[in-house]
Amino acid sequence: MNLHEYQAKGLFKDYGLPVSEGYAVDTADEAVAAAEKIGGNRWVVKVQVHAGGRGKAGGVKLADSLDEVRAFADQWIGKNLVTFQTDEHGQPVSKIYVESCTDIDTELYLGAVVDRASRRVVFMASTEGGVEIEKVAEETPDKILRAVINPYVGAQPYQGRQLAFDLGLKGNQIKQFTNLFMGLGKLFEELDCALLEINPLVITAAGDIHCLDAKVNIDGNALYRQPKLSALRDPSQEDEREAEAAEFNLNYVALDGSIGCMVNGAGLAMGTMDLVKLHGGNPANFLDVGGGATKEAVSEAFKIILSDQNVKAVLINIFGGIVSCATIADGIIGAVEEVGVKVPVVVRFEGNNAVKGRERLAESGLNIIAAESLTDAAEKAVAAAGGQA
Amino acid sequence: MSILIDKNTKVICQGFTGSQGTLHSEQALAYGTRLVGGVTPGKGGSEHLGLPVFDTVRQAVDVTGATATVIYVPAPFCKDSILEAVDAGIELVVCITEGIPTLDMLAVKADLDTTDVRLIGPNCPGVITPGECKIGIMPGEIHLPGKVGIVSRSGTLTYEAVKQTTDRGFGQSTCVGIGGDPIPGSHFIDILSLFEKDPGTEAIVMVGEIGGTAEEEAAEFIQANVSKPVVSYIAGVTAPPGKRMGHAGAIIAGGKGTAAEKFATLESAGVRTVRSLAEIGDALAEVTGWT
Repeated sequence: MNLHEYQAKGLFKDYGLPVSEGYAVDTADEAVAAAEKIGGNRWVVKVQVHAGGRGKAGGVKLADSLDEVRAFADQWIGKNLVTFQTDEHGQPVSKIYVESCTDIDTELYLGAVVDRASRRVVFMASTEGGVEIEKVAEETPDKILRAVINPYVGAQPYQGRQLAFDLGLKGNQIKQFTNLFMGLGKLFEELDCALLEINPLVITAAGDIHCLDAKVNIDGNALYRQPKLSALRDPSQEDEREAEAAEFNLNYVALDGSIGCMVNGAGLAMGTMDLVKLHGGNPANFLDVGGGATKEAVSEAFKIILSDQNVKAVLINIFGGIVSCATIADGIIGAVEEVGVKVPVVVRFEGNNAVKGRERLAESGLNIIAAESLTDAAEKAVAAAGGQA
Repeated sequence: MSILIDKNTKVICQGFTGSQGTLHSEQALAYGTRLVGGVTPGKGGSEHLGLPVFDTVRQAVDVTGATATVIYVPAPFCKDSILEAVDAGIELVVCITEGIPTLDMLAVKADLDTTDVRLIGPNCPGVITPGECKIGIMPGEIHLPGKVGIVSRSGTLTYEAVKQTTDRGFGQSTCVGIGGDPIPGSHFIDILSLFEKDPGTEAIVMVGEIGGTAEEEAAEFIQANVSKPVVSYIAGVTAPPGKRMGHAGAIIAGGKGTAAEKFATLESAGVRTVRSLAEIGDALAEVTGWT
């Protein structure tokens, strides 16, 4: 689960980490009031969306007057920001963050992730701050410093000092950086992070270490024990259908093709999308109804697929393990009775109660195209959607 | 022959009296698995499905001599359940549960690495040696005793591979679902090395998916250590970057972990890959000469 910058900075503040004074606001009036409260004559104003590349897209600005603060808020609140990380519609802006301005001397990078290969939390630091860290890792891998965290004892001060020395920090900065590193290590563990990133981490003109940005991603599986973080979820930043699907424990990801897919199992759902593509079509979505799918969840899944205007045909591919094909059939019939269906539906049932499932669909009188095999199902779905996409 | 489990393997179930534990224990018993009891703290001394229930894994092991356990307890309690099994001297832990926090698995894995205990999963269908022992949630009837070893990160994709090898009469030596999580207990290379040593396994099917670098590591391992023919399919060619595709482990991050990259690495290691998951059986026939 992604957090907004202002939420991440709030957590940093809770852990005593150096962030600027700032306020997240909903209106232009509040933006001006926040700037007045911060004081001074220069502020940074930033749109709050779940996407990188805000600066290049005009979503971050240095404001030299209260009028500029107001103008920025008027310009963005209620609009969508399109960046290289969003789709063409962009992400809705409902809040902007007004922050005191920091005089920057040097930009650094500091981040932490769960590294699958070493099966450890790994911190990464670099003198190449403020740029895309993926690019640095690819082009100049020796400029990425690493500290691997022992899961038994957690982050240790010597690791922070080592990074600080290797980054070329001096004097009091060593201590400041080590404190930051230890605080982040604690935050990562206590808040079940999947990713932490400060880009840029800066040395101010006064020579202090300061977190200019903050990105926090929380492990979705751990939200049950992080109630405070669960409350920070912003559904407006998620695809509407994806959020709706999540309510029913369905895994749905919207794509831009014309063949709606309903499958059980994440791997088979991806495999089915790949088959559609291989046979000349384009999948409209990824949808895993899961192993414990009920009739209601299947109905909901079917409705979500049909709510996508681009869908020209639906492909249902079920290999019943725990889930019974008969349950899936009942769900489909229920959904069609409720909302109707105008596009062709291709069904391939295999495994648990496959025969019974096929019978129920046949008896229902619905216009269902039965498929004999995986390949047959993909070919029929592509043909039903109008052939080559 | 087989790997990990056979008709003599004594199995207990953690979360035995819960709905999942009950359902799948019934099916395992019907399949012929030597399920010898279960563990539900607080229900020790009672009986469930005609088998003894114990308060602790230690008691269950002491009384029944079980060497394997299958875990159906809810995700918040899995770290505790796995570590309890390890401490009780269990040799094989199969954890079916989905949704365990990643940091819990980091701690579990660090502890496991100091022992000889093997963990399969979490977030997996389990392990089956057809006709002998079924530990997990896979439909038993699609399997056929035989000569293909199958290892996969996905449940339903495993079933597809099983069906194709059953339909052609090749059958399976053992099928292992290693699970879709970013921090699995066992990796492809752990299972590949067991299949290579198993005389009952004559060919291997490896089903991977996007995310992480486990398939790339497997490719390197196969090139150096595996003499048996390997057929591989990778799911997720059409997956958009940065999105979690159902499995927590299936995210393409920063251009790493793409299906294209994995296919290329496997092909350069001499693995026969298929772009369509419907062609796994055909490719097996081709590389082995089986008819």
